[in-house]
Amino acid sequence: MDDGRPIFLQIAELVERQIIDGSLPEGAQVPSINEFAAFHRINPATALKGITLLVDAGVLYKRRGIGMFVADGARDRLISERRARFTTEYVRPLLREGAALGLDAAALIDLIRKESAS
Amino acid sequence: MTTIVEARGLTKRYRGITAVDGVDFQLARNTITGLLGRNGAGKTTLMHLLTGQEFATHGSITIAGESPVENPRVLQHTCFIKESQRYPDDFKPKHVFAAAPGFFPNWDADFARELAAELRLPVDRRIKKLSRGQLSSVGIIVGLASRAPITIFDEPYLGLDAIARQAFYDRLLADYAAHPRTIILSTHLIDEVADLLEHALVIDNGRILIDSPVDALRAHAATIAGPAEAVERAVAGLDVIHRERLGGFVSATVAGITEQVTASARAAGLEVGPVSLQQLIIRQTGGTPTEHEEVTR
Repeated sequence: MDDGRPIFLQIAELVERQIIDGSLPEGAQVPSINEFAAFHRINPATALKGITLLVDAGVLYKRRGIGMFVADGARDRLISERRARFTTEYVRPLLREGAALGLDAAALIDLIRKESAS
Repeated sequence: MTTIVEARGLTKRYRGITAVDGVDFQLARNTITGLLGRNGAGKTTLMHLLTGQEFATHGSITIAGESPVENPRVLQHTCFIKESQRYPDDFKPKHVFAAAPGFFPNWDADFARELAAELRLPVDRRIKKLSRGQLSSVGIIVGLASRAPITIFDEPYLGLDAIARQAFYDRLLADYAAHPRTIILSTHLIDEVADLLEHALVIDNGRILIDSPVDALRAHAATIAGPAEAVERAVAGLDVIHRERLGGFVSATVAGITEQVTASARAAGLEVGPVSLQQLIIRQTGGTPTEHEEVTR
């Protein structure tokens, strides 16, 4: 659990990833704050902050006295958000690294084709 | 968020030495605070002032609005685990645990037994025959099982191996989650405890150097590395707290970083990396550490 960003952001992203890959389907209950804290060995206040981000964004919803659950439509929303960031987070770094190595866009497309065919 | 501990202009002088130098801070109730700093920075003096074992030369420190000095209302809610706790001769750990309910109203004897088993503490052996690590285990068990509303650990792990320390951190977190209380953890092993802390208080030369939520500290600093010219362009006008060079390559540790800075540094092809809490504190408390671990002492 460390890529330098605040840990509550990393917790929120971890849950988002699990929603996207289907291991936390819509309607499923997410672990409690204390379970998150114990598993990741972090302060419960930090875990709460991460989960609160997702509640505020409507990805999770609270049922008082029961726990937190994945909202309907959360997966589609997260996927479209991630797609919107795909260019800055993946495509641009790829082009930059390619340019540094003398690989132009056409060469990169070739590589991608080859790799996805194999 | 309610304040439980408040220091105002708190100063402690010993013959010619100012151990704590006019510090102001507040601690929020039911948080875990790391009291961090180098040896001789004033951490232990601060804890002694907090627990009424020393008188302030100037200023004040209060717990729930009251002075801790000779104040049983405050002290019965406080558990202070010192690195060098003394026990009566011939005492065994089981005697310590049997006496504990008299000092700590919330004492949980079952929890103490569980912890003793997990830490493999021989409860029937005389304390003076215990190893340094076993002695530390006695303190850790008292500190956790006392469930005191204010629990202070001063370097509680001397002689404990990595497995026992991890057991301590895990138990501390789980028990804190189940029974929230105010915990102050004074330690040199910053990286080990960084994720447990909600708040960091860094003291150096008797003064508070950093008083901040740990999350904010992490977001606040980064290293930016790459070709010297590009790095210098990226960090121009920023607060560079450290710079390392290797030929034409520079790695700069920058405080007060923003997402914009990160994004433009990345766009310029520079590496943006994390700064651990430990590195940040080393940078801010003046460079190279004077010692490695005391753990093995």
